[in-house]
Amino acid sequence: MRASFVFSEVVTGLRRNITMTIAMIITTAISLALLGGGLLVVRMIDKTKVLYQDKVEVSVFLTNDVSSSDKGCANDPCKGLFSALQSDPAVDTVTFENREQAFERFKRIFEAQPELVKLARPEALPASFHVKLKNPDRPEVITQSYNGRAGVDTISDQSEFLDRFFNALNGFRNMTFAIALFMAIAALLLISNTVQLSAFTRRTEVGIMRLVGATRWYTQLPFLLEAMVTGLIGAVLAIGLLVLLKLSFLDDVLADPIAAGVVRSVESIDILLVAPWLLLVALGISAVTGYVTLRLYVRT
Amino acid sequence: MIRLEQVSKAYKTSTRPALENINVEVDKGEFVFLIGPSGSGKSTFLRLLLREEVPSKGRVYVANFDLTRMARRRVPRLRQSIGCVFQDFRLLANKTVAGNVAFALEVIGKPRPTIRKVVPEVLELVGLEGKAERMPHELSGGEQQRVAIARAFVNRPLMLLADEPTGNLDPDTSQDIMLLLERINRTGTTVLMATHDHSIVDSMRRRVVELDLGRVVRDDARGVYGVGR
Repeated sequence: MRASFVFSEVVTGLRRNITMTIAMIITTAISLALLGGGLLVVRMIDKTKVLYQDKVEVSVFLTNDVSSSDKGCANDPCKGLFSALQSDPAVDTVTFENREQAFERFKRIFEAQPELVKLARPEALPASFHVKLKNPDRPEVITQSYNGRAGVDTISDQSEFLDRFFNALNGFRNMTFAIALFMAIAALLLISNTVQLSAFTRRTEVGIMRLVGATRWYTQLPFLLEAMVTGLIGAVLAIGLLVLLKLSFLDDVLADPIAAGVVRSVESIDILLVAPWLLLVALGISAVTGYVTLRLYVRT
Repeated sequence: MIRLEQVSKAYKTSTRPALENINVEVDKGEFVFLIGPSGSGKSTFLRLLLREEVPSKGRVYVANFDLTRMARRRVPRLRQSIGCVFQDFRLLANKTVAGNVAFALEVIGKPRPTIRKVVPEVLELVGLEGKAERMPHELSGGEQQRVAIARAFVNRPLMLLADEPTGNLDPDTSQDIMLLLERINRTGTTVLMATHDHSIVDSMRRRVVELDLGRVVRDDARGVYGVGR
């Protein structure tokens, strides 16, 4: 195989169909940018989810009786509950918070409203265990096994709210993926079309090549490489587009929610991590599509 | 060089077979005219030799290749030993004369030094020395056909197939092309030429195989185009 020959064929082919080459690069770039955008959103959602899951705790509130009598959690039932929670396989960490500590936290939370703090008494606040779970998606294991035990007043797990929140996020993620998939199909058809047209414009060459006994690789590799080169250029443009989008748009729009800790931002490292996948997808799709198209539509 | 044994070829779209029970043998170094009216099966005959088609029945042998049992990936090898010339020249409009000839070698992976050496040689053989850098559209029809012959011959094939090579040329130019094909034949290359041109066949007095409605109706060692046609 003479590389220089194949290379010059590729360059000639791309130059000859320059308008179509540009059209294919642009469409591929946009498709891949959307795909990359989808992947970035997925990463963002995943990270945001982690952000929330870190904060998800199950609070086991103790009865007033226990709260007032057992400040250090030294006796049963508090001590028994504590060690039961500590040895529970579903539990990651447990911290005990007595009435005074709860009151300190209360004061910190409501710093801005001194009237409220003034009204509150430590006696109104229960002692509690703050339980971090190994699997934050399943707070009900704690609720079920500790509800109604001696010394336990109520258990709150925020799960219903978070379920709805995560459902919305998952739905959003799935939608992005669906759009990305459709765009990928569009890009695929375009590549197939371009390869067919490219093969058609060069049917004389291909005819002669077959006639003088060129192998299939010699006849078809230029088309494959053409598709792959345009795919690659498209992918590079797509990555550029994503960086541009992040710098000029996303950072501004999401500045407030990010500062508030509601969502995580898209970092440059995210784009860097998505980039190789985009290149790989571009190369893979253009190569496979090109190959299949040649097998189906171009006689050897 | 060529042997067809009881070859029949039927196309799915046609009720009458394109070729029926053909038995033809061509020796190495022969010059053979393949004649017959349109639709007589000349093109199918040539396509079988190039393995563009496989016969429905019978066996086809070309240069020690059994074409009926040949694996697809071996077909390029076969075609490298056959040169082809057509009525419409089939030159690449965007390549020079030398580029067109070199193309045939480039695509089969010949090294560049070899190409640089043999292309001028073959251009001289066909009488196009000095026109290497011309573009095809700057040449006359006869010159274009010479380029096509140079391209077909540059890899020194065992056999040259010519499908009405003079079909688009005036009688004088046709005569020049025939002289060139004769010269190529004298190098030991088998030449098989499909044609409608009476005067050429009559003046050359070579072997004539005539097809009609897919059958061989005549095979003369030193024939003419035919009486009363």
